Amino acid sequence: MTTAPILELVDVSAGYGAFRALFGVSFAVPAGTAVAIVGPNGAGKTTVARVCSGLVQPTSGRVLVDGDDVTGAATHQVARRGVAHAPEGRSVFATLSVEENLTLSFRQAFGRTGTGDGLARAYELFPRLGERRRQLAGSLSGGEQRMLTLARVLVLEPRLLVADELSLGLAPIVTEDVYRTLGRVRAAGTALLIVEQHLDHALAIADEVVVLDRGEVGFVGPAHELGDRAASFLSAHEETV
Amino acid sequence: MSEAQALLEAERITKRFAGISALEEVTVEVHRGELVGLIGPNGAGKTTLFDCLSGKLRPDEGDVRFDGRSLVGLPVHRRARLGLARTFQRIELFSGMNVRDQLLVAERARHGGGSFLRDAVGLSRPTADEIERCDRMLDLLGLTPDADRPIESLSLGRGRLVELGRALMTEPKLLFLDEPSSGLDRRETHDMGTVLQAVQERSHTAILLVEHDVPMVQRLATRLYVLDAGHLIASGPTREVLDDPAVRAAYLGVGV
Amino acid sequence: MIEILELAVRGVPTGCVFALLAVGLVLTYKTSGVFNLAFGAQAYVSAVVFYEVRKEHEWPLLPAALLAIVVIGPLLGLLLDRVLFRHLRTSGSVAKLVTSLGLLVAIPELVRLAFGSESKKNPPPLWYVERTDQWLWPEGSRFVLDAGQVTTILATLVVVAGLGVLFRSTALGLRMRAVVESPRMVELNGINAERVSMVSWMLSSFLAGLSGVLLAPLFASLSPFDFFTLLVAALAATAFGRLSSIPLTLLGGILLGVLQAILAGKLPTDSILANGLRPALPFVVLFALLLFWPGLRSARDAADPLAGVDPPPPPAAASIRTRFLTVGTRAFAVTVSAIGLLLGWFVLDSFWLGLVTSGVILGVIMLSITVITGMGGMISLCQATFAAIGAFTTARVVDSLGMSVIVAIFVGAVVAAAVGGLLALPVLRLEGVYLALATLAFALMFQSVMVPLDWVSGGTTPLRVPRPVIGPVDLAENRAFFVLAAALLALAGALVYVVKRGTTGRFLDALRGSEYAAASVGISATRAKVIAFSLSAGIAGLGGGLLACFYGAANYDQSFNFFYGLVWVVLVVTAGARSVQAAVISGLGFFLIPEFLQRLFEIPGRYVADHPDLPAAVEAVLRTIKPEYSLGVAFILFGFGALTYAKHPEGIIEVQTRAALRKVMGALDRTDRSQPTPATDDARPPDEDPAAPATDDDARRPAPVRTGGAGVP
Ligand SMILES: Nc1ncnc2c1ncn2[C@@H]1O[C@H](COP(=O)(O)OP(=O)(O)OP(=O)(O)O)[C@@H](O)[C@H]1O
Ligand SMILES: Nc1ncnc2c1ncn2[C@@H]1O[C@H](COP(=O)(O)OP(=O)(O)OP(=O)(O)O)[C@@H](O)[C@H]1O
Ligand SMILES: [Mg+2]
Ligand SMILES: [Mg+2]
Repeated sequence: MTTAPILELVDVSAGYGAFRALFGVSFAVPAGTAVAIVGPNGAGKTTVARVCSGLVQPTSGRVLVDGDDVTGAATHQVARRGVAHAPEGRSVFATLSVEENLTLSFRQAFGRTGTGDGLARAYELFPRLGERRRQLAGSLSGGEQRMLTLARVLVLEPRLLVADELSLGLAPIVTEDVYRTLGRVRAAGTALLIVEQHLDHALAIADEVVVLDRGEVGFVGPAHELGDRAASFLSAHEETV
Repeated sequence: MSEAQALLEAERITKRFAGISALEEVTVEVHRGELVGLIGPNGAGKTTLFDCLSGKLRPDEGDVRFDGRSLVGLPVHRRARLGLARTFQRIELFSGMNVRDQLLVAERARHGGGSFLRDAVGLSRPTADEIERCDRMLDLLGLTPDADRPIESLSLGRGRLVELGRALMTEPKLLFLDEPSSGLDRRETHDMGTVLQAVQERSHTAILLVEHDVPMVQRLATRLYVLDAGHLIASGPTREVLDDPAVRAAYLGVGV
Repeated sequence: MIEILELAVRGVPTGCVFALLAVGLVLTYKTSGVFNLAFGAQAYVSAVVFYEVRKEHEWPLLPAALLAIVVIGPLLGLLLDRVLFRHLRTSGSVAKLVTSLGLLVAIPELVRLAFGSESKKNPPPLWYVERTDQWLWPEGSRFVLDAGQVTTILATLVVVAGLGVLFRSTALGLRMRAVVESPRMVELNGINAERVSMVSWMLSSFLAGLSGVLLAPLFASLSPFDFFTLLVAALAATAFGRLSSIPLTLLGGILLGVLQAILAGKLPTDSILANGLRPALPFVVLFALLLFWPGLRSARDAADPLAGVDPPPPPAAASIRTRFLTVGTRAFAVTVSAIGLLLGWFVLDSFWLGLVTSGVILGVIMLSITVITGMGGMISLCQATFAAIGAFTTARVVDSLGMSVIVAIFVGAVVAAAVGGLLALPVLRLEGVYLALATLAFALMFQSVMVPLDWVSGGTTPLRVPRPVIGPVDLAENRAFFVLAAALLALAGALVYVVKRGTTGRFLDALRGSEYAAASVGISATRAKVIAFSLSAGIAGLGGGLLACFYGAANYDQSFNFFYGLVWVVLVVTAGARSVQAAVISGLGFFLIPEFLQRLFEIPGRYVADHPDLPAAVEAVLRTIKPEYSLGVAFILFGFGALTYAKHPEGIIEVQTRAALRKVMGALDRTDRSQPTPATDDARPPDEDPAAPATDDDARRPAPVRTGGAGVP
């Protein structure tokens, strides 16, 4: 492909205050592909996701979106370029209702006229949210909050969808659903950057895998190669399955 | 039941929130030293049940008995002192403290309130014994390298381990775990399972486990309860329950 | 019945005044998370500007109103957002509250500096009528409204309707609410959070300006204090609206006005009830609402879900230093205290000794704030009240029981502690801002109901408290009293120190971190907080008794006015709420800084007097610096001190200590390694190892596999 990848990290280091969490991380997400980031606790997966959306600024290195340097750009500017980030855990506005949470996002993305349509799609995706549209998001159950977070980014169909701990807290039946939707969204042209603990799910959808370990990239390559070359790595994960 | 009295008996717990019925006459029992799973789709009422049992929420109806006494009306901290510990689905740590201090506080709380007079004469620094116990727990969970880090700097997954350690420091008779493996990868989940089994065997701690990670539940739990939309839809030995078509339809979907 | 109705209607205009202010407060809280007690001060700014251009420069009404309300108001909001609140966007509501307290202290003094301190009589009205009683409506009826009242009612209604539209049907209203909870999540949605909160501030400041200009004619002359009092009276309406519903706030304000009018008309004029209850009504209502109004009792701040993006606060200085340095720091502290004592005893003249002694005693009261705010994480705005309770009790006990004064001071402390414990029980369940409001209501109730009573304060003549004689030492001698004060300060300081490091301190730390998690390991929040409240109130009572004894009388207005309580909180929090030495230093600073400033400001005047041949321009400039500004400037410094809180929530003293420690440790390090060690080129110093998983994990985990070298596929 001749076009620039949607997202590219070039030798990115980042951290929190004096603490360094990433050391020279480089990888790219070409248009229309799905990349999975895996790695143990504290490896820096969340930090990578935050760097991609501008929540954490790199201390060195560059972040490119569509070939343009967005290092140091404000989070909202990155978001306007079509990077939608669903942060880890339950990231909802607890004091706003379900509908207000979604409206906030859709009004910005679709304008006044498109909002209703967006809401309808979100409720179709997760009927539970439709039943609870007036409930304060803070009082939803853990999984329901996760649905709300995901509904937002899935409906937006952004250029790049960054999802951290994608299926965390979701019941198996919902996880299946979410992955089906992800497949659809991807077919419609959205590139995916997924952080996921459930390796089998992640590997099933991902074209490329980035293995992070202690803030460094340990492996980048096609998903099936990870299976071949690092059988030992995987086996540790599979022994319980 | 004919055998020894159950450690925890929750009878016909009902809880409603403004028109939403989160729990309808749910009855569960946990025996000493037993590891029981509680599963169900999102919004089924699992966390709400934990909240009712641990005292955070007051159920609209129902009775909870623990270790032979009724818990009705007891506040959270009193129940904790009786031997009920828990972790949280949305991780709750003491911000502003380092990792070891989280456990030290729990260790101190286990001994009761701590007297203000002892404080006033400067007699309540952590003893060598307390520190030693905390360090052993940190070691068990593989948290030793993080012991002196501020809690805010931990990643989600490691925070979960700290929370588990804190709950275990109180030497509970019954431990409620709300999705302890979320944020851990397969292998870390496996390690946590091993720790839980060790704790269960060594200290005869009963555990009620809420999880969406079915393999983990399968491996650890001997019995299961299944909640759906506030109703108990199945209960029994793990294998049987997981094979139940109603459970598969409500919870597991086709894949598993 | 008719009569009551008539009284009720009469209360509506006053009610609208309350409502206007309350709606402004609620709007600010909803859109910025700041419970802005400085709202009145902002109103005052616009009122003064309006006064100046209208009366001094005789501008026509319209341009004057436009300047004061539409220009100055939003401009001030813009300024506040830019220099201040944007840095506080992700801090908790308590931090924001303290900052607004700082503004409350600083702004009026700034205005006074800018526009002169002579009183501004008869503020001009915001309507085209010369005499305010001219426009009576409906004519001939028993219910008469003057032009001012009509304007107020109209303005209130327009404001409420406008805000209703804003929140119900615009994207902006939703965004404003969302920004308060998590600016970063708003940004993730592609919305510029900075811009949104800037607009919020401009809007709320515009409302402040409008209220200021509108309400100014209610007073005979403009004073920031009147605005603040009015604002405080309106707080009950904000509580009625649960700090979120604008229509309910309006209703609350009107009900409050009506209730007040009915009480005013119905209560016998000279009963205790009438004299005590009427002025206290808004505070009683506020207190009751906070305790009983459903939804307020358990109101919690929603935490920012993306708070994990911030690095953790730096470790406390005490935890980074080595053993050697700990000993060193302690030795340093002892030395400084000893030098202080010697200075006090041998060097200071009686004027300075008096100031220093006051400062030392205030240090004791400040320690009470260390306990409640630093250790307990709660903002209490009634510490001055506890001090007053200590002082009054001391006076009464000496007076009627003839007890030794020293014993009486401790009795005062115990009584204050008991009151503190009793107050703690009902207000315990409140959090953050709500707790602060409840304590403020308590302070105001005490001030307006209890203080005027003879048996409490002695009425108009303050109760006398004699200086005691202990054995051979006559404490009427100032130096002896200074030593006594220092000894009690040391005692209180030591107590706070050990409690902070003991079980109670740890439990309070845990509760601050997560109340529910603390309960889940068996910590009783009630117990810990009641202890904190009692200890804090007891220490404040001790300081209060001591202060009364030092001054010879328990004088409420001079020593314990609730406003001082606010200033003290600001001072302690600025200096560092978690450290004992910060409390001591802020106690001293409260008395010494204005005095130092005074000396400083006298210099130019003297210089001018000594040099008659100065150029006129220089002389004019020098003459603008007047010694009487010192108190105002000191308050501005105190107030702006709180603004550093945004950057350093741990306090200035702590930051300085840490910096000093780092320096010393760096120096020690260098001398340690006299031979140059080979510099480690490891990008990761050992204490910065990012992942550091458990060691046994390491063994089992195979080394990561690399394919192809370069990272980019
Ligand atoms: N706010 C913070 N301040 C300081 N250090 C932090 C902060 N957040 C994360 N860290 C540290 O940065 C490193 C990377 O954290 P990150 O959250 O990116 O890990 P992760 O791979 O997402 O882990 P997990 O699977 O547990 O979520 C960890 O060592 C973590 O302790
Ligand atoms: N305060 C509340 N007000 C209204 N509804 C509530 C409240 N708390 C919980 N609910 C609802 O009650 C239901 C049960 O919630 P609960 O948190 O117990 O679910 P859960 O089984 O733990 O689900 P999950 O697996 O997603 O965590 C949910 O539908 C939730 O929306
Ligand atoms: Mg993570
Ligand atoms: Mg749950």
